[in-house]
Amino acid sequence: MLNEWLPNVDWERMWEATRETLYMTSISVVATFVLGIILGLLLFLTSKDNIWENALINKIIAAFVNVFRSIPFLILIVLLIPFTKLILGTMIGENAALPALIIGAAPFYARMVEIGLREIDKGVIEAAKSMGAKTSTIIWKVLIPESMPALVSGITVTAIALVGYTAMAGVIGAGGLGNLAYLEGFQRSRTDVTIVATIVILVIVFIIQFIGDYITSKLDKR
Amino acid sequence: MISIKNAKKIFSTKKGQVRAVDDVNLDISEGEIFGVIGYSGAGKSTLIRMLNGLELPTEGNVIVADNEVSTIKGSKLRKARQEISMIFQHFNLLWSRTVKENIAFPLEIAGVSKNERIKRVDELIKLVGLEGREDAYPAQLSGGQKQRVGIARALANNPKVLLCDEATSALDPQTTDSILELLVDINERLGLTIVLITHEMHVIRKICHRVAVMEGGKIVEIGQVLDVFQKPQAEITKRFVQQVTEPEETKETVQQLLSLYPNGQIVQLGFVGGSAEQPLITNLIRNHNVTVNVLQGKISQTQSGSYGTLFIHLDGEKEEVAKAIDFIHSQKVGVEVISHA
Repeated sequence: MLNEWLPNVDWERMWEATRETLYMTSISVVATFVLGIILGLLLFLTSKDNIWENALINKIIAAFVNVFRSIPFLILIVLLIPFTKLILGTMIGENAALPALIIGAAPFYARMVEIGLREIDKGVIEAAKSMGAKTSTIIWKVLIPESMPALVSGITVTAIALVGYTAMAGVIGAGGLGNLAYLEGFQRSRTDVTIVATIVILVIVFIIQFIGDYITSKLDKR
Repeated sequence: MISIKNAKKIFSTKKGQVRAVDDVNLDISEGEIFGVIGYSGAGKSTLIRMLNGLELPTEGNVIVADNEVSTIKGSKLRKARQEISMIFQHFNLLWSRTVKENIAFPLEIAGVSKNERIKRVDELIKLVGLEGREDAYPAQLSGGQKQRVGIARALANNPKVLLCDEATSALDPQTTDSILELLVDINERLGLTIVLITHEMHVIRKICHRVAVMEGGKIVEIGQVLDVFQKPQAEITKRFVQQVTEPEETKETVQQLLSLYPNGQIVQLGFVGGSAEQPLITNLIRNHNVTVNVLQGKISQTQSGSYGTLFIHLDGEKEEVAKAIDFIHSQKVGVEVISHA
């Protein structure tokens, strides 16, 4: 019956594209999470009245973050083609999308990390210092655990943005559902393929949001 | 145990320099409960933060438990801080950790093994009376319970000095008293030196042995709590002492009586320790031809004895009243005649 309504949908191909999208999304989410937390911590710790207060480094990181956050993603992919070729040897396929996805999303997430860290009660950091904690202890045992709900809800938003980015990357040759919807759906006027690919993307987004909300509420003991 | 010499702290702000702590000298001995009282902005918060190196003095020396806190850095400072713990007005607990885990935090910092941590946390929970709440999160505790966690956490590494930064200012009066009792108990049982800052004279009266009064970054008065209560010197000290000895109504009552009885005298009596037990009023009436009207009275307990105040109105022949006042003077009782304004 499904084949009658959706005559052009090749389910094998749809599943393969879904796997490609999930692959690109999950790798880039993990990398963005790590990179974004590092950048966010640096932004926070070098800001005024903080442990590593340093106006110069803070400005440099802030400028880097702002620049990469402002470049439209589609343009960023194109700009990064030489870089991608250099490290991966190719500019086609799902792996080729990863550098652009990570570099596009990490600065965006870094700002969210910074906001999350700013919300931590200064008194708690002072208390840890008064107990004789090292900076590394403060980072691992105070800053990260105390901001975890914000870090998780931030990565949820970022992951959803990344699903969208993978679709854009797909259009210019990275594979995945975006690629399928554009090349086999739109360009061949097979509307049913486009619609099914869109629905699959929506389902992925809903699942990410659900998981993110669930983890955030489980973590938050305030 | 603690020695502060010529300590100054100058903050540079847009409006110019602020002398938060201005040439303070202070010695606190082992096992003492020492209070610093002052209004906000008096510099007491900066002063107490100098004792664990959270603030460094612009000039001068700070030595706490044989550590020169004002100069040491890095791992030496961190080691020293494990001997000088601190509790806070807003408790500053980690919301992501349970009571047990919060108390274990300083032990993790000190590198105590897991088995020993569990043992020590158990002891501390019993010490501060939090049995049954071990696995609760701070959000599920009352203010008093949170401060108990704060105290347990501060005691975890067996410190020599406990700094209390307005530790009871966010608590209701009843909870304040129970926390103060806990601090006295700890002081007596563990011989811990306690330094506390507050703006409530009640806290000083209840648990401190000695008190310093701060204003504008300077210590304007320092002494045994009982002496300061009896004979406050500085104007600001008198105001703080009045907080606990003379409720607002007394002033009004006195004003009213002054206008109601233009004759006679209104006298404020101050009793210290044993003199509070003499039958002073009985003797006064038996031996002198005066009428005595008791207006208001109160006895306060301090760590080193009790202190009482009594307002009375004396009426009769002028000579008799004068003789009566002379008699009171001879009885080792503080007398202050409140004259007609």
